[in-house]
Amino acid sequence: MKKVLTGNQAVAYGAMLSDVKVVAAYPITPQTTIIETLADMQAEGIGDFDYIRVESEHSALSVCIGASMGGVRAFTATSGQGLFLMHEMLHYATGARVPVVLANVNRAPALPWNIWSDQTDSISQRDTGCIQLYCEGNQEVLDTTIMAFKIAETVRLPAMVILDAFWLSHTSEPVDIPEKEAVQKFLPSFDPGDMWLDPENPRTFGSVSMSDVYMEFRWLIQRDMERAKGVISETHTEFGNLFGRNYHQVEGYLTDDAEVVIVCSGTVASTGRVAVEVLRSEGKKAGMLKVKTLRPFPSDEVKNALRDKEKVAVIDRNFSPGAQGVWAQEIRSALYELADSERPLLYGYIAGLGGRDINIGTIRDIYERTSQSETPEDADIWVGVKYV
Amino acid sequence: MYSLNQRFDNRDIPEEEYMTPGHVACAGCGAALSMRLALKGLGMPTALVIPASCWTVIPGLWPMTSMKVPLFHTAFEATGATISGLKAAYRKRGMDNICVVGWAGDGGTFDIGIQALSAAAERNEDVIYVCYDNEAYMNTGIQRSGGTPIGAWTSTTPAKNPKAVPKKDIEEIMLAHRIPYLATATAAYPGDLIAKFKKARTIKGMRFIHLLSACPAGWKMPENLSVEVMRLAVLSNIFPLYEVENSEIYRQTIIPEEIVPVERYVRLQGRFRHLSDHDIARYQEMIDQRFERLKERFDKTANA
Repeated sequence: MKKVLTGNQAVAYGAMLSDVKVVAAYPITPQTTIIETLADMQAEGIGDFDYIRVESEHSALSVCIGASMGGVRAFTATSGQGLFLMHEMLHYATGARVPVVLANVNRAPALPWNIWSDQTDSISQRDTGCIQLYCEGNQEVLDTTIMAFKIAETVRLPAMVILDAFWLSHTSEPVDIPEKEAVQKFLPSFDPGDMWLDPENPRTFGSVSMSDVYMEFRWLIQRDMERAKGVISETHTEFGNLFGRNYHQVEGYLTDDAEVVIVCSGTVASTGRVAVEVLRSEGKKAGMLKVKTLRPFPSDEVKNALRDKEKVAVIDRNFSPGAQGVWAQEIRSALYELADSERPLLYGYIAGLGGRDINIGTIRDIYERTSQSETPEDADIWVGVKYV
Repeated sequence: MYSLNQRFDNRDIPEEEYMTPGHVACAGCGAALSMRLALKGLGMPTALVIPASCWTVIPGLWPMTSMKVPLFHTAFEATGATISGLKAAYRKRGMDNICVVGWAGDGGTFDIGIQALSAAAERNEDVIYVCYDNEAYMNTGIQRSGGTPIGAWTSTTPAKNPKAVPKKDIEEIMLAHRIPYLATATAAYPGDLIAKFKKARTIKGMRFIHLLSACPAGWKMPENLSVEVMRLAVLSNIFPLYEVENSEIYRQTIIPEEIVPVERYVRLQGRFRHLSDHDIARYQEMIDQRFERLKERFDKTANA
């Protein structure tokens, strides 16, 4: 059934169709309409879940962790400051190996206050062990929410579905809503195995572990994060076979003969497709590479997609103060493994922070600048910043 | 009526043990004894959630555990929320008979965990929240908490500058949430403690149990004095034992035969060594005033 949905409504449909049993809700702009939609779904009996109205995002994730340890599927959603408050519990969820799924609507960090799109919130959770899936459009948001549960439960790690503030969260698009039976076939009921608080089989979870075993627990997280790369690909394939919509961790657009490949994530990828078409119509050899996963980072796919390219321009709607845009850092380190002769030049661009528009003109500027430069500058270029 | 040399009839204490020997609590730890008794009162099926506290360590290092009930170690400030989620999961799975218990220290309750606890109480979650109160951050080395009494030495309130403000009144804070059941208890009165946990299990909604839990290391006293000191806290009205139903009906469950001066409690503990007679007299006044207010409520119930 096709419906016109905002990105936030698409998230709510995804969670409801995934048959979540516990939803923890705390408001923050621009995420709030996710939990509002879920509240309506629960009140109307469309979703069969407990809806716990907590007093903070820290508690929202703690409720989900508790619910997951009770053996059910749990979901929450947040943005910006809320995600920062959850940070401790994201590490905790990974350590507890609970497959909680949360949606994060990218919002710029304060100060100054700003509610608009900026990836710094989710990027700052890079090292928590939470799987990160960035979405380009509302259909992808709905589909990724369902897939996120499957991926998370297969490797027993938390997963985050990420969408841009307002560009997706509050923008309506036609979205195909899958039938619940079809989703159930793809994503059967959650089976916690023996990883839950079972009074018949009483076990202690999360005991103090000394340095003789702690590293082994952390290694298991790394092992399963590596395994997640294959699981994500398999899940994409299975989803595509059942629903006819195909997703990839790394997806090239007109990259084959491109002289400059522009690397994008989130909604910037959508603008990137059009920008590349415009540049092509002008006879310029531009290509676009969309990267969907930050963690686990698909370094092999990135390496293969960019091998032998002349130049790569990475657009980062985030930055790490004192270093550079995080996607550029990740891609640079993936490319390091290539031989000198196959390794493209890499240009980093910081753009669109705090919701500043990244439009076709912005991407054209990035293309031209990259194309005309002989060697990258030492630091990322801040696109369109006044006084620079 | 109860006195210091009271002997207890232990025949009412269930024989079943849900906590095995081999735990790593210090000698004389009130918190370990409290857990052992509380589980006897609760019975099964029960699931435990414990935040950062001495009780993070007490069950033992992985892969060993001294607990015969399922246990999840949660983050310091997260108990109220974690137990809410766990109970919801059991409810959705048709396992509503499992009693979910959060077991936190005074730091995890009075201080860092009070936000999640208050919210869980406001929602009237169907859980039992236990605060085992040893009156400081004992696991990190005896730092002052909101549960530390006025005048006490801790490692962050040195004897030259002891704690200047009284302990938070956690009971009145919880009762302001209109919860269905609240009780105070201590392992020095095992029958009373067990009866309260038994009763709590039969009630629906948020139940809060405040346990005074002696800590020889932090209170600076010999290990063999734990039970005696906890008993003196009750007999001096420093820690009266009572329960409150529906945040309204107060009932004192252990009524001392004779009120013991707080000095007897204070003088057994090194953490109060620096207090002058004048300080202790002032402390006595504070304790008397607090008990007067409570007594009005006990009397109101008794005369109703």
